[in-house]
Amino acid sequence: MSTEARKPPPQIALKLRRALGGKAGWNGVAVQLAFAAILGWMAYEIISNARANLENQHIAAGFGFLRNNAGFDVNQTLIPYTGSDTFLRVFVVGLLNTLVVSVVGIVFATVIGFIVALCRLSPNWLLSRVGEIYVEIIRNLPLLFQLLFWYLAVLAALPNPRQSISLLGIAFISNRGLVVPSPIGESGFVPFLAVLAFGIVASLALRIYARRALYQYGHMIRIWPYLLALLFGLPLVTMLIFGLPFTFELPQLKGFNFAGGSRIIPEFVALAVALSTYTAAFIAEIVRAGILSVHKGQMEAGSSLGLSRGTTLRLIVVPQAMRVIVPPLTNQYLNLTKNSSLAVGIGYPDLVSVFAGTSLSQTGQAIEIIAMTMAVYLLISLFTSAVMSVYGWRINRSLGA
Amino acid sequence: MKRVTLVLTLALAAGLSAPAAQAQTLKTIKDRGMLSCGVSQGLPGFSSPDDKGNWTGLDVDLCRAVAAAIFNDATKVKYVPTSAKDRFTALQSGEIDMLSRNTTWTISRDTSLGANFAGVNYYDGQGFMVKKSLKVNSALELNSASVCVQTGTTTEQNLADYFKANNMKYEVIAFATNDETVKAYESGRCDVFTTDQSGLYANRLKLANPNDHMVLPEIISKEPLGPMVRHGDDQWFDIVKWTLFAMVTAEELGITSKNVDEKAKADNPELKRVLGTDGNFGEQLGLTKDWVVRIVKLVGNYGEVFDRNVGSGSPLGIARGLNSLWNKGGLQYAPPIR
Repeated sequence: MSTEARKPPPQIALKLRRALGGKAGWNGVAVQLAFAAILGWMAYEIISNARANLENQHIAAGFGFLRNNAGFDVNQTLIPYTGSDTFLRVFVVGLLNTLVVSVVGIVFATVIGFIVALCRLSPNWLLSRVGEIYVEIIRNLPLLFQLLFWYLAVLAALPNPRQSISLLGIAFISNRGLVVPSPIGESGFVPFLAVLAFGIVASLALRIYARRALYQYGHMIRIWPYLLALLFGLPLVTMLIFGLPFTFELPQLKGFNFAGGSRIIPEFVALAVALSTYTAAFIAEIVRAGILSVHKGQMEAGSSLGLSRGTTLRLIVVPQAMRVIVPPLTNQYLNLTKNSSLAVGIGYPDLVSVFAGTSLSQTGQAIEIIAMTMAVYLLISLFTSAVMSVYGWRINRSLGA
Repeated sequence: MKRVTLVLTLALAAGLSAPAAQAQTLKTIKDRGMLSCGVSQGLPGFSSPDDKGNWTGLDVDLCRAVAAAIFNDATKVKYVPTSAKDRFTALQSGEIDMLSRNTTWTISRDTSLGANFAGVNYYDGQGFMVKKSLKVNSALELNSASVCVQTGTTTEQNLADYFKANNMKYEVIAFATNDETVKAYESGRCDVFTTDQSGLYANRLKLANPNDHMVLPEIISKEPLGPMVRHGDDQWFDIVKWTLFAMVTAEELGITSKNVDEKAKADNPELKRVLGTDGNFGEQLGLTKDWVVRIVKLVGNYGEVFDRNVGSGSPLGIARGLNSLWNKGGLQYAPPIR
């Protein structure tokens, strides 16, 4: 007969009490339950009263309106849309417009932000002053003001289409926006795309293989000639076999405006420029703080190991700085996305403008539309922070923290 | 603008979640001592504040007439400027008692918004304004043009219909407020500005060089503009409706703000009924017997109000046209007061 260590009696009740009530014990549990009940009751009252009163005033409720015809047009649509499409499609059109301006804004804000941060950290007096002036001016002026500045002072000053500025006769800038030649798919388009996709996948696989070889066996494999062949050589060969993948349709002035080609509307440009330059000022400070947070000794340790300055920065300083940079950077990305709703001020057809604005007033379904719009912004924000969290977690893991 | 919508929506949710207040509008207004009237953010001739902050215009005078009928004081009005896209939410939430804001009467607005139109105080139609330098003489020459429009209006939808029906392409740029739209048109962002024709004439006055711009002859829609009230209070609906009718009736009977006292003494059965020396129609509405006298004396009859704000006596100088009385070839017609 073996002797077992005596287990303490199970303390389920005690654990439950601590989990639910914290230090306050059972009283805490009771207070929390009461609070939850009050919240639930308030929510119920609000919803049931709103329903009853909507019915009394004969205001149509529910999401049936999404299937009705919208009957108005939008001047930038990423998917085909006409006035006879439904409000649901207007919602998607507006959502895509919000997303495209946010993504473009985030990319440019990050690039500009890093450049400005490096300027500010530079030992060059002129560069660091330029960076400082940029940050101090941009971040201290209201965003809406900057947006109106770009739209009304800069872009509206461009000439009308008949006197537009020609760039080599293929692209034109006017107060109607930038018109560029649009690609039209030809017979070689499908093989070209397929080969390009294959090239990208193969390059990524090659990179993973090379890294593993380096970290596990210490073999340095030179992969860039292969990458060059995969990404440029292969598509070139298919072009020779199947013919050109696409030709360009040149824009031509017809009547009031340009026909043919694709156009980037000035509202988009103004919004993207304002959002990215504004957010870049904040990102620059975040990046600068991140880099300064890495101890000087790290740099010195790198050089004492015989690493070059660039390699030290890339392999030692930046990865440690990223740990500090990522959380506030996420905030800036979220801010930029939410600030894109200022589009209303200049007539860019984003989600708030075409859905929470035009559609709301055409249908009168305020509660449904505002709820949908809020849910969308919430989802975009949660998605962005989830992506950034995963990125931050990977950095921490690779640093062994 | 977004913030305004959000606030109004929250107000709407809160207002709707409060217990329903039916048939209480008149009492609420009397208790408050003030009529809350939704107007535009500034459209000369219809509702715009002057340099001293006093509101004037055709739509404003309707608010004043209702206040005159209730309080015998046309100044007891609180004007709430609303954008095209926020106006209905403001009415639904109870922030305003009536909306008098060049709003087009359509079936969808009458049925799905929880509000009623109480008549037509201006018969309008949508038109186009262009720069004379474009050398365009007809709206049918506008293929591939860029068009500036205010968002959340019937105008925006008529525009889509018109260009589609005539197989023309166009680019629409929609702004939240009237002023932003006009500014974009003036800066050359668009070739064309479109809204109700009366609005085109009114906005042309705001441009730097009004004579460089012309209104094209085409009228592409019917735009009956009128006041709105919330569903669910029929007495209040009647008061607004009959205030407008009283102004039209007064013009028809030749009662003006100057001669109303004499007319009240005249021994004419119809005048006696209208001006309240005979019968008690005002009291049936929930007002006083002399309600028409108050309206005409303090604000004027429909013709006076029209001339003063948009007609020959104003910078707009719009002809009566469709807005003449029914017996002078127009559409303004009031049911009899008897």
